[in-house]
Amino acid sequence: MQKTTRAALKIYKARKRKNKISMALSMAGMVFGLFWLVWILFTLTINGIEAINWTLLSKATPPPGSDGGLFNAILGSILMAGTATIIGTPIGILAGTYLAEYGRHSWLSSATRFVNDILLSAPSIVLGLFVYTVYVAQVGHFSGFAGALALSLIVIPVVVHTTDDMLKLVPDSLREAAVALGAPKWKMITMISYRAARSGIATGVLLAVARISGETAPLLFTALNNQFTSSNMNAPMANLPAVIFQFAMSPYADWHRIAWGGAILITLSVLGLNILARVMFTQQSK
Amino acid sequence: MNAQNQPADPNLVLVVRDLNFYYGKFHAIKNVSMDIQSNKVTAFIGPSGCGKSTLLRTFNRLHDLYPQNRATGKILLDGKNVLHSKSDPTMLRARVGMVFQKPTPFPMSIYDNIAFGVKLYENLKSSEMDERVEWALTKAALWNEVKDKLKQSGNGLSGGQQQRLCIARSIAIKPEVILLDEPCSALDPISTAHIEELIHEIKTDYTVVIVTHNMQQAARVSDFTAYMYLGELIEFDQTDKIFTKPNQKATEDYITGKFG
Repeated sequence: MQKTTRAALKIYKARKRKNKISMALSMAGMVFGLFWLVWILFTLTINGIEAINWTLLSKATPPPGSDGGLFNAILGSILMAGTATIIGTPIGILAGTYLAEYGRHSWLSSATRFVNDILLSAPSIVLGLFVYTVYVAQVGHFSGFAGALALSLIVIPVVVHTTDDMLKLVPDSLREAAVALGAPKWKMITMISYRAARSGIATGVLLAVARISGETAPLLFTALNNQFTSSNMNAPMANLPAVIFQFAMSPYADWHRIAWGGAILITLSVLGLNILARVMFTQQSK
Repeated sequence: MNAQNQPADPNLVLVVRDLNFYYGKFHAIKNVSMDIQSNKVTAFIGPSGCGKSTLLRTFNRLHDLYPQNRATGKILLDGKNVLHSKSDPTMLRARVGMVFQKPTPFPMSIYDNIAFGVKLYENLKSSEMDERVEWALTKAALWNEVKDKLKQSGNGLSGGQQQRLCIARSIAIKPEVILLDEPCSALDPISTAHIEELIHEIKTDYTVVIVTHNMQQAARVSDFTAYMYLGELIEFDQTDKIFTKPNQKATEDYITGKFG
């Protein structure tokens, strides 16, 4: 009897030790990850906060040595991200609806899901090159439209994926209940499935917007840049990521300052979008 | 009870003949024939997996949702085979409503939960719709509890209230038959008593078919009882007879608890 108790105690102690080790390891991992994130945010704030002022928001990018801001880049980024969202969201939602509601069991949707996942993780520079080849090179000039097109190619797979996932979370019992009342399929989807999944789908769209607002590579080949304020989508267009890249690589101190300001602007808006998405999603799960 | 090829008997709502059902290759219902009497309560009992829910779901063709499912044979409603590929499932479901095991309120207000189904078939003025919603909720013995919060979400109700909301939703489109698939299995005894009372009340206007795991419940609420086992209909008769003098040894064993 004594012996078994002692053996049991030994196993118990070993288990406790293992528990402590695994907890310490996961804590260390978390601290390591957070450390870099906090450092990045810290540097960004220290350098960027002084750059944020009315001039930054209201004046266009300056030539070296004179006063200026990021108005043209902010406008361009909003126009292109907005257009990309307007193009990409309906396509993404419709495709996601097909995957989750109509083609759930078909080979076509398995294939589509697979291709979509590849597109989702494709390097964005490839999408930029693609749009450059099929659009920019054909019309012969860079443009805001081309930029929006490249960004919409990033929006679509994100929205397809979240719509598909969110609709699959809607319990089949709800669908059966709607069908049992005699609702035709499209009515069941629009009135029941969408309603049950709406904040999840909206979250997906917001995350897609957050994702494209920081994309640089696809814009370098499509929208290029523009040092003047322009809302002409058919001409080269300024945008925050490209300006940050150009200004940060320059030798001028005042350009550096503006680049930091742009970086903190993007980070704050992405942070804001993510918080908004999270708030919306928790409201749905309530 | 031999109604094959005869003109529709007014006392029979649903006439099932040689019904077979397959989930992919699995043969879930084997040659079932039965008559469902109108304005009566018919209960399906049997151990889990015997096919009673499957049988119930074929009555409003819910199996159509899943491509692997296949039903052969006949289910006659007014002498017309509802399983026929040209028969419109939407019109069938307007006449044969269904309530599920777990309450399934739609993610909308209590009022809209009821109005959703009605709007599928009728264009009512808003005053008429108000009346219809009140009527259905009253029928389902829920009106007094929710009349002050019709605009609130149906998800905020208790489980028993949600289930009565689902029954009200089915009643609101004025079907002839209401199918209940273990409607009380997720409910507490008091809510169960509410629902059973409700079944008694609505059978004057509707035909009710109920699947239940609870034999006392079958005995309490039903006029006819069908005992199923492994996809076959073992015995189908008046509830009194099934519970006191069953013809089959298997039925007796199940009812007395020797088996299942």
